[in-house]
Amino acid sequence: MLNMEHVPGKDVGKITLFALSTCGWCAKTKKFLDKLGVEYSYIYADLLPEADSEELKQELSRWNPQESFPTIVIKDKPVLGYDRDRILETIG
Amino acid sequence: MEEKIAALYTKLKQEAEAGGYHLNPDIDFVEDLLSGITKNQARYGYMACPCRLASGQKGADMDIICPCFYRDEDLQQFNMCYCALYVSNKIVSGEEETHSIPDRRPPAGAPNPPTDVTTRSNSLPFPVYRCQVCGYLCARNHPPEACPICKVSADRFERFL
Repeated sequence: MLNMEHVPGKDVGKITLFALSTCGWCAKTKKFLDKLGVEYSYIYADLLPEADSEELKQELSRWNPQESFPTIVIKDKPVLGYDRDRILETIG
Repeated sequence: MEEKIAALYTKLKQEAEAGGYHLNPDIDFVEDLLSGITKNQARYGYMACPCRLASGQKGADMDIICPCFYRDEDLQQFNMCYCALYVSNKIVSGEEETHSIPDRRPPAGAPNPPTDVTTRSNSLPFPVYRCQVCGYLCARNHPPEACPICKVSADRFERFL
């Protein structure tokens, strides 16, 4: 199991953010989720131990075959990139 | 801005402007990206794109070393590169705004370079090398140490003809 960081907040359904610690759009996405005050989990793919990187790629490619960052999975629906409108729309 | 980041910013900005490219005018955003690129340089030994997951193998990541092979096509189509470090004139002038764009990189990495170059080159007095970042072509026995247009190193060139 991948070790996700958990951010407490309003429960609007399961939200998982796949991000890179070095990426500007990932930082903006994380900040946006923080501003919304929703509960979510996140993982920085570039900070994982080597042993976990294959598992992360498999999990991420289920939602986004391109395996690009950020990928936000909201209630089993993937949102690709920093797209505030899509994030809000998918949260509902 | 941290000294090391500021020095990198100045260098990249000068190189960009000299070649007709532009850095994103959003300084805070650029500072974060350059901090990411600096971390990647320390981690992997090369300036891997801050918005893509590097493999740690330079050969496999040659296409995503900043500036990446995809920058110019993204500038053409979206007015910015994937991470938005580089932007077009339309962004600089405020006519367009930056946003997150899809990744042009194939999921399996960069496609292999053409294999039939030796048959095509027989009739030429010199081989032709192509910069895979900006498309600059030169007919000489070896690629230049640095691309005169986009300043990337000789290992980013491919044999073209």
